[in-house]
Amino acid sequence: MEDITLTVNGTEHELSVEPRTLLIHALRDEMGYTGPNVGCESSMCGACTVHVDGRAVKACTELAVRAEGSEITTIEALGEEGDLHPLQESFQEEHGLQCGYCTPGMVMTAAEYLEEEPDPSREEIREALEGNLCRCTGYQNIVNAVESAAEEMSAAVEPATDGGTRTVDGGD
Amino acid sequence: MATEEPEQRPESVKTIEADDVDPDELFGSAVERREDPQLLTGEAQFTDDITEQRLVHLAFHRSQHGHANIESVDTSEAEAMDGVVAVYTGEDLAAGLPCGFQLEGLTDPDFPVLASERVRYQGDAIAAVVAEERYVAHEAARAVEVEYDRQDAVVDPVEALGDGAPQLHEDAPGNVAFEWDIGNADETEQAFEDADRVVELEVENQRLVPNAMEPRAAVADYRPRADELEVTMTSQNPHLHRLLLSLITGHPEHKIRVVAPEVGGGFGSKIHNYVGETVTSLLALEHERPVKWTATRTESFLTDAHGRAHVTTGELALDSEGSVTGMRVDTVADMGGYLSTFAPLIPTYLYAPLLSGQYEIPAIHCEVTGAFTNTSPPDAYRGAGRPEASFLIERLMTEAAKEIGEDPAEFRRKNFVPDDAFPYETPVSSPMSYDSGEYGKTLDRALEMLDYDEFRERQERAREEGRYLGVGLSCYIEACGVAPSQQWSDWGAGVGHWECGVIRFKRTGTVKVHVGTSGHGQGHHTTFAQIVANRLGVPYDNVEVVEGDTDEIPEGTGTYGSRSAAVGGSALVHSAEKVIDKGLEIAAHQLEADPEDVEFEDGEFHVAGAPEQSVGWADVAGAAYLTGDVPDGMEPGLEATTYYDPENYTFPFGTHAAIVEVDPDTGDVSVERYVAVDDVGPQINPKIVEGQIHGGVAQGLGQALYEGAEYDENGQLVTGSMQDYNVPKAFQIPEIEMDHTVTESPHNPLGVKGVGEAGTIAAPQAVVNATLDALEPFGVEDIKMPLTNERVWRAIHEDGGDS
Repeated sequence: MEDITLTVNGTEHELSVEPRTLLIHALRDEMGYTGPNVGCESSMCGACTVHVDGRAVKACTELAVRAEGSEITTIEALGEEGDLHPLQESFQEEHGLQCGYCTPGMVMTAAEYLEEEPDPSREEIREALEGNLCRCTGYQNIVNAVESAAEEMSAAVEPATDGGTRTVDGGD
Repeated sequence: MATEEPEQRPESVKTIEADDVDPDELFGSAVERREDPQLLTGEAQFTDDITEQRLVHLAFHRSQHGHANIESVDTSEAEAMDGVVAVYTGEDLAAGLPCGFQLEGLTDPDFPVLASERVRYQGDAIAAVVAEERYVAHEAARAVEVEYDRQDAVVDPVEALGDGAPQLHEDAPGNVAFEWDIGNADETEQAFEDADRVVELEVENQRLVPNAMEPRAAVADYRPRADELEVTMTSQNPHLHRLLLSLITGHPEHKIRVVAPEVGGGFGSKIHNYVGETVTSLLALEHERPVKWTATRTESFLTDAHGRAHVTTGELALDSEGSVTGMRVDTVADMGGYLSTFAPLIPTYLYAPLLSGQYEIPAIHCEVTGAFTNTSPPDAYRGAGRPEASFLIERLMTEAAKEIGEDPAEFRRKNFVPDDAFPYETPVSSPMSYDSGEYGKTLDRALEMLDYDEFRERQERAREEGRYLGVGLSCYIEACGVAPSQQWSDWGAGVGHWECGVIRFKRTGTVKVHVGTSGHGQGHHTTFAQIVANRLGVPYDNVEVVEGDTDEIPEGTGTYGSRSAAVGGSALVHSAEKVIDKGLEIAAHQLEADPEDVEFEDGEFHVAGAPEQSVGWADVAGAAYLTGDVPDGMEPGLEATTYYDPENYTFPFGTHAAIVEVDPDTGDVSVERYVAVDDVGPQINPKIVEGQIHGGVAQGLGQALYEGAEYDENGQLVTGSMQDYNVPKAFQIPEIEMDHTVTESPHNPLGVKGVGEAGTIAAPQAVVNATLDALEPFGVEDIKMPLTNERVWRAIHEDGGDS
C-alpha cells in the first residue's frame, strides 16, 4: 500500500492505496466523491473526467498514486449552491442532459475547454467534446449549452488585475 | 466534406422556469427539468454510488469462446486468493432465466445463469466470484481456469437455419426458435400474381449494441430476521424485476423490494432480466451480506441485450397506376445463444404490425423465423422491431418510386392512408388500428424546410461539377403504449401492459404522485408533475413524483416502448379526475351546497355562479385528514389509484429527411442537413420532446453511418469495445432541424402519442435513401449499414463499376 495525499475540492485527504488503484476508484470508493462516473474504463467515454491541477483528466485511466500531492476538483465543487458554474446553469436551461450519467464528465471537460477557448464555434465545441460520449442527447443541446455558457462567461469576464485570472459571475 | 459556412444554432425550444407558469398552462410548457440540479452537481445517486457496511463484490468469469463444451472448471486458484469469500460454478448455483414472451410454437431452451456443460456465446457466464474488494473479485474471476472443447460456431442467423449448421440446443432442431406469420397470405399471393411490377430488396438490419452510458449494476441486501431482500439496480421496470427475481430465487414477491435509483440510460437494455443482477440477488440471500455487481464496459458489450439483427427479403407489388397493392416479407431474426426476456416479441408483434408504414396496402403477408446463433441474445433496443419495419417499407417505397420513375415524395403521397380513413386497420395491424394521422402534413413541412424543388436543381448542378448530393425521405410510423393486456397475453406476453398511477394529497394540500413507469433520463419527474399540477390546478412545486421503487409504488409496469406518457400519464389523469370528484364532495359539504352545484376551476371549488364562495385543496385535504369534516359515511383521506389499460396503441408519425454529400474518392458520407418533422400528439413539455428526438435521431444516424456489432466465424465479438464500436461522437452528429404537427390520439385522455423512439425509427432510412440518391449516377443499388467509407467506396468502385 502507498500513502498518498490528495486535495479534493479543497479538502486534504490522506489515504493508503494499492499501486494499482485507479484515481476514479480512490475518489469514488475511498473518499465518496461519486459525482464522476465510470463508463468504459478505457478513456473513451469521459464520464470520469475530473480536474487534476486544473487540467481535465480521465480518472478511470489514471493511477491514484500518480496524482499524489495534486489538487483535484470534481463536479461536486465546480460551483456552489446558489452560485453554480455557468455551464451547470446552461446545461439545465438548454436541456443539455437527460440521464445525466455522462454529465459530470462532460461539464468538467467543457469547463477546462472554455478556459482555453472562450469564444469557440459550434464545430470547435463538437471537436473539443470528442472524448466525452453521450448516448441520450444527440449532443445538439450540449453544444447549445456550451455555446451559451461561453457567451455568459465572456460577458462576465472582468478585466484582469493580478495575474490575469478570470472571474466569473455565475448568476444570470 | 462539411459545408464551408460555420454551423448556426438551429431553432430551439426556449425553456422557462416552472415558477413563471400558471398551473393551467403547465401542460405544454417547456419548463426546465427538476431532475437536473442533482445530476449537475454530483448529488444524484446511481447504483454503483451505493455502498454498504460489510459489502462484498461480485465478478464473473465469462466464456472466451462462442461455442464450446466445458470440460472442467478449476476454481482453486481463485478460491485461494486473499479476500475471496466464495467462488460459484453452475454446479453450485442451479438457476435459470425465464423467457417472458411465450409465442405460440416457441422453443424455449434452458438459460442457466452459470453454464456448466456448454457455452453458447462469448460472455456466457461460467463462474461467479465473491470477494471483499472490487479489484480482488475481478482478479479472482480471471484466475478461474476453464478447459474447453471448442465447437464450430454459427453467427449468421440465415446460415444457422441451413443444412449442416452447428446446432445450439438439442430441443431446437435446425436452430429454429420459432416460425411465425401474420397477414393475409392468399390475398398477398394474388396481389403479386396480378402485379404490374414487383420491387424486391434484400435488407440486413444490422446488430447494434445499446451502450447506455451507465453500465448495468446491482446492489442486493438480505436481512434474514425480517426475511427481506432489497435489490437496488439499473432497471427500467422494477416491478417486473421483482416478479422475475421472485420466480427465480423462490423468495416471496412481497418480501422483495426493487429500487431503481438514478439510472444512466437504458434504451431497452435495462428492461430485461440478466445473469448479473440475478446472481447478485441469489448471493445476497446466500451470504446474508450486501453484494454489489457492476458490469465492466466489456461485459456490457458482451451481455447487454443487442438490438435489431434481422435479415429480410421484402417485396412490393405495384399496379399499372403506381399504387402499392401488396407486400411480402420474409425475415430471419437472430435470437442469439438463448432467448432473452422478451426476445420472441420483438421481431413478431412489435415488428410486422408496422410494415404497412404510412401507406394503404390492401394485402400484406410476413413470415418470421427466429434462429439461434452463437451470439449474445438480442432483445428490445430503442425502437425494437419498429425501426426494422420502417426501414424496410421506406427503402422499398424509395426503390419502387425509382422503378416507375416517380418522384419519391409524390409516390409516397399517392399511397398514404387518407386523412379520412382513420381509425385505419392494416392487414398486419389487426385487431389494432392506426388511431389518427395526417401524413401529408409532415411530408409537406419537411419538403418545405428542405426546399426540395430547389434542392433537385442544386443536385443537378453539383453533379455537373462532380459533386454528389442526395436527398432521402423517411415517412415513418411507430406504435407506442402497446396493450390491452388481455390481447397481449393471448399472443404470449407473460406480463400486463397497464400502468398504475396514484395521486395522494398530503394534509396541507401538497401532492405526492406515485407512478409505475420508471424513467431513466426522460424527465418524468418534470412531465408527470406538469400533468398533475395542471389537472389539479395546484402549483407545480407542490407536486412531487415518485418512480422506481416497488415499496413506494403499489404496482407498475415500467418504461419501455415510448409508453410512459400515453399509459402512465393517462393513469394519472384518471386518478386526478377521481380525486377531484372526492374533493368536490368534501368541498360541497364545507360550502353547504349540493355537489351538483359546485364547480372545480383553477384548483378551487366554488358554488356555481358564486366564485367568492370557494374552498381550496388545503381546506379539502385538511377536512379529509385532520378535522373529519366530510360528508356522512365518507372515508377519510384524499387519494386515488388508477390501473389504466389502453384499448389500442398510439401511432405517432412524421417525416424525416436528410441531404447528404458523398465523396466518391473516399466514400465519406456527410450529412449536410437533417430535418425532422414529427407528430407525437400534444407535447407535454416541448423541450423534453426536442431532446428525445435529438437523441433518437443520433442513435438512428449511428445505425446508418457508424454502428454495427460484428462476430467473427468463431463467435468472437470483434467490436467489443468503444475503440472498435463507434458510439457517435459530438462531431459525428449533424445539426438537427425540427418542426412538428399535432394530431391527437382519440383514445387516451391526454391525446398524447409518445416520443421516445421516433428519431431512432426514422433516421436510418433517411440517410440510406439519401446516400443511394447521391450515388444514382454510379448505378449503386444498395449498400449495407453502417455506411462506412469503405463500404461506400467499394459500392462506387466495385459494384457500380462506373469509375
